[in-house]
Amino acid sequence: MTTLAYAVRDSRTMLRRNLKHMLRYPSLTIMLIAQPVLFLLLFVYVFGGTMGAGLPGGGGRDAYLGYVAPAILVITVSSVALSIAIYAAKDATEGIIDRFRTMPIARSSVLTGLVAAAVVQTAFAVTVVLGLALALGYRPDAGVPGWLGAIGILTLLAIALTWLCVALGLAAGSVETASNTPMFLMIMPFLSSAFVPTDSMSTGLAWVAEHQPFTPVIDTLRAFLDGRDPGSDAVWAIGWCLLVTVLCFAWSRRLFSKVRAG
Amino acid sequence: MNLTTPAIEVAALRKAYGDQVVLDGLDLTVPAGTVYALLGPNGAGKTTTVNICSTLLAPDAGTVAVAGHDVRTRSDAVRRSIGLTGQFSAIDELLTGRENLRLMADLAHLSRPDARARVDEQLARFGLTEAADRRAATYSGGMKRRLDLAMTLVSRPQVIFLDEPTTGLDPRSRRDLWQIVRELVADGVTILLTTQYLEEADQLAHTVGLLDGGRLVAEGTPAELKAQSGGETLDDVFLALTGHAAEVVR
Ligand SMILES: Nc1ncnc2c1ncn2[C@@H]1O[C@H](COP(=O)(O)OP(=O)(O)OP(=O)(O)O)[C@@H](O)[C@H]1O
Ligand SMILES: [Mg+2]
Repeated sequence: MTTLAYAVRDSRTMLRRNLKHMLRYPSLTIMLIAQPVLFLLLFVYVFGGTMGAGLPGGGGRDAYLGYVAPAILVITVSSVALSIAIYAAKDATEGIIDRFRTMPIARSSVLTGLVAAAVVQTAFAVTVVLGLALALGYRPDAGVPGWLGAIGILTLLAIALTWLCVALGLAAGSVETASNTPMFLMIMPFLSSAFVPTDSMSTGLAWVAEHQPFTPVIDTLRAFLDGRDPGSDAVWAIGWCLLVTVLCFAWSRRLFSKVRAG
Repeated sequence: MNLTTPAIEVAALRKAYGDQVVLDGLDLTVPAGTVYALLGPNGAGKTTTVNICSTLLAPDAGTVAVAGHDVRTRSDAVRRSIGLTGQFSAIDELLTGRENLRLMADLAHLSRPDARARVDEQLARFGLTEAADRRAATYSGGMKRRLDLAMTLVSRPQVIFLDEPTTGLDPRSRRDLWQIVRELVADGVTILLTTQYLEEADQLAHTVGLLDGGRLVAEGTPAELKAQSGGETLDDVFLALTGHAAEVVR
């Protein structure tokens, strides 16, 4: 087998290891999903009537469900990514990493296996949350290209945020710190177009919201699911995701080469 | 590796942490197929030596070759030849004992049937068959230690490093481990072990090295060292040769 074939095989082995960890910690997975589910219920049933009336073109609770559901899917991706920082920190601080380091395996497989497991877990979580939104009456207008676009942008976002959280987890030095440092990912969507259109915000805040990465990602997903063309938002969204992925991939690899347990 | 190449060859090895010099020109040779016991008090640099030989730590100066390969320039070749059971537990506690061993077999690229057979063999050998499908987190300290050792052996390494392998084992498990070490050596494996139990070195080692002040202060067969110092036990030897007692944990 070639080096690449071995690297792929080792990554698959590590993927299985991480999926087993996730299955052994169902409470963590349930918590990850509970958070976006609570947001969905809160924003639709508590705020939804009023917020819907404020949308351009007006509307009620149903219109607001259509507006907020894509944002909740993006928050689901963040929520899963947060937990990956914990797994990365756990791996980096426990003795097993030293065992891996004395084995003739592809170094990167430890990290790529974790990121692959995160993508699987994200797909599961997004499916559950989307299922609930549909049950509440969410009716996306997307055709096949729209759904493919939605899956594509969610996958890119999952990969970007997971690499970011892997790096934060490795940099944390303890599981405790790792569960705190990525929290900003849960706050950023509130300062984006997730819950209200940015032009309804105060001027300064609107500027921030329009220039931070969550806004083009959420707008792109919203356009895909509404069956519209996302236009230049898609370029920004993809660009942000690729930029974060590349930077955090490089940062993670550097941190990982310095990791030593014990 | 041909038969005359030593399994481990360390020359003029130096390692310091900041101002603290831990290894100060260590020379050490372990012929293939033998057991070498590295003895020394707490902080003597035993773990540091093992970590450098097993590619975990880079040396500051000197050369280290394991199975004929330089640890710095051919670390992948070294890793293909070695197994390490470190001083501290290196198991995945969220996985079961069987899954831990299977992980090692998969990372060693064994075929599926070979992996399954090898895992069952190790479980039986280390008395873990009954606990095989329990999470390792539920194992006792001694069981975790045995699993750790079993994981090291899955890939059939030619050179094995055991850093205080019997610390925390009860007398019976310790004797079982000694038996396993003897079997491995009978199969041609080379073992470098560190220990604070002088009896362990006496029981297992072809050669004993006393590490003190960053270098070997004495080296020889257990019998030679006893003759040289006029002491009966290796405790006496340590006192006679270093001028201070070994901090032995009995
Ligand atoms: N990462 C590190 N940073 C600074 N000093 C270190 C580090 N690792 C080890 N040391 C120091 O190096 C010395 C040798 O440590 P080492 O762990 O090799 O000793 P040892 O012989 O294995 O001791 P023990 O019997 O306690 O296991 C000790 O004084 C220790 O404090
Ligand atoms: Mg030690």
